[in-house]
Amino acid sequence: MAEITLNSLAHTYSDNPTKPEDYAIREMQHIWHQGGAYALLGPSGCGKSTLLNIISGLLEPSDGEVLFDGKRVNELKPEERNIAQVFQFPVVYDTMTVYDNLAFPLRNIGVPEHKIRSKVLEVAEILELSDQLKRKAKGLSADQKQKVSMGRGLVRDDVSAILFDEPLTVIDPQLKWKLRRKLKQIHEQFNITMVYVTHDQLEASTFADKIAVMYQGQIVQFGTPRELFENPAHTFVGYFIGSPGMNFIDATVTEKELSFGTHTLPLHPLLLKRLQDMDAQQVKVGIRPEFVHVWDGANDDAFLVDVDFVEDLGTYKILTFNFHGILMKARLSEDQKVPQGKAYVSFPEQWTKVYVNEFLVEVDHD
Amino acid sequence: MTKVENNKAWWLVLPVFLIVAFSAIIPLMTVVNYSVQDIFDPYTRYFVGTEWFKQVMTDSRLHDALIRQFIYSFTILAIEIPLGIAVALMMPTKGRGASLALILVAIPLLIPWNVVGTIWQIFGRADIGLFGAMMAELGINYNYASEPMHAWLTVVLMDVWHWTPLVALLCYSGLRAIPEVYYQAARIDKASRWAVFRYIQLPKLTNVLIIGVLLRFMDSFMIYTEPFVLTGGGPGTSTTFLSQSLVQQAIGQFDLGPAAAFSLVYFLIILLVCWVFYTTIMNMQKDK
Repeated sequence: MAEITLNSLAHTYSDNPTKPEDYAIREMQHIWHQGGAYALLGPSGCGKSTLLNIISGLLEPSDGEVLFDGKRVNELKPEERNIAQVFQFPVVYDTMTVYDNLAFPLRNIGVPEHKIRSKVLEVAEILELSDQLKRKAKGLSADQKQKVSMGRGLVRDDVSAILFDEPLTVIDPQLKWKLRRKLKQIHEQFNITMVYVTHDQLEASTFADKIAVMYQGQIVQFGTPRELFENPAHTFVGYFIGSPGMNFIDATVTEKELSFGTHTLPLHPLLLKRLQDMDAQQVKVGIRPEFVHVWDGANDDAFLVDVDFVEDLGTYKILTFNFHGILMKARLSEDQKVPQGKAYVSFPEQWTKVYVNEFLVEVDHD
Repeated sequence: MTKVENNKAWWLVLPVFLIVAFSAIIPLMTVVNYSVQDIFDPYTRYFVGTEWFKQVMTDSRLHDALIRQFIYSFTILAIEIPLGIAVALMMPTKGRGASLALILVAIPLLIPWNVVGTIWQIFGRADIGLFGAMMAELGINYNYASEPMHAWLTVVLMDVWHWTPLVALLCYSGLRAIPEVYYQAARIDKASRWAVFRYIQLPKLTNVLIIGVLLRFMDSFMIYTEPFVLTGGGPGTSTTFLSQSLVQQAIGQFDLGPAAAFSLVYFLIILLVCWVFYTTIMNMQKDK
């Protein structure tokens, strides 16, 4: 059981890094609390596997510290860290039976055989592998193999955290759901810290209580799936979470409002003041397709836009419209009237986010 | 839909059939032909049935050569396979060292058989050879030309030197094919170095090792050139192996009949040993 702290952690593969781009992990401060179910979500190459390998000790960070329960573990090897890791491709010991595979980590630390037996049987029961124990691991299917590699982490009493590195990549879609549920169940049962690396937002949000979104070696937001959806802290989060992603429009801050093209958007005075104080350049306005309001007729708030096309996705429709040369999307509910040619849209202030240099700018309302 | 019968496609097999016929079947049948006849000259020949086979089976010289041959093959397998694995495990995997090690290890494989014999013939001589001189320095009266044990030692050493690299290279390629993540998982499972070897590396090497053992068994069982050059089969008959006996019989004494019968038995022994070995390993690997 452990709380994992990343203290000013950074990592580079280069010998003499000069610019931020040289870092696979840019300096970060982060805490994974004991017993949490976390997801580390990000596109390929954002550094999430690197971060995971640093936590497990397969990689030593070039800068900063990794702390387990406040104790520095940088110099500890993975075998000394009491951590389990499940990899993208299932790792089983081919020549051993499923039973021996599960017993392996315990035998390596010299646990007496009768204790091993009860523990292995218990874990096999949970993972629904009881009837496979006598089989050679080589002949198992991919999902069973993955369960075995998970099981090797669960048999150990000393495991403080289990790290998953895209563990469901090679699993058939219909089994993915089952295994994910199993994971969730195990998490509730064992009260172990779990960090789950994935590039799939659905996987992340069904598994994790809190998601850390990684982008270019940084954790750009750490929050519940709902927070990531409603209040993306970075344009990347807006773009990456949600389907389709957030709409963004370049804007400039004027004396009274935010303007883009010939249109303007009123802002909360505090926010406007803050933006003016920042002398913000690179300003973007973001709004999720779900929150774009599509009106049936003209009104004072609505802009008139050209409809490009409408996609029917079954239970809802996605309207693509042209707003000052920028294609934007809006989500129409099933029973909503589909606009033809022209549409009236508005951006409710509550859901209109302002980003400066890609990061969200917020003020406390009320 | 009815299936179209077109047996003309069988003609496509003809080229392969011809090649195999000329490279294997016809020579083999010639040997079979010799083995059942007593031939005096191209026009005088008698069918003798299994007589040559009976003679071969009861020839004590051949029995001795066969035993020597088995001892020899199993000795070099017992040394070359573990040594090859050990060398492969020690070879560097990255950078310049890796290429350099590969080249160094591969060198013995590039040397022609008879040159290998010559190298060791000189190398083992006490007067001008480094190895012989070294043994002499150690106070051992080393002489492979007169001491059967020394002759054996030299022949085995020579084979180990010549062919361990093959096993090492096979294992090296097998080891490179193991994904890094297996080693990572093993570290997380707190596996000892031995456990990593026993449960990850060795199982993944099984296939290349099967090839290695089969190749080394067949080659060493048929070894001819190197001992012929090095010791000429001596001292006495102490390093006379099967193929040398065969050559003596066929070319030296021109006893084509017995030699042909002997060749067939020889061939069957190799086939049998390989088959037994292969099926045993394959059965061991089966999911119980």
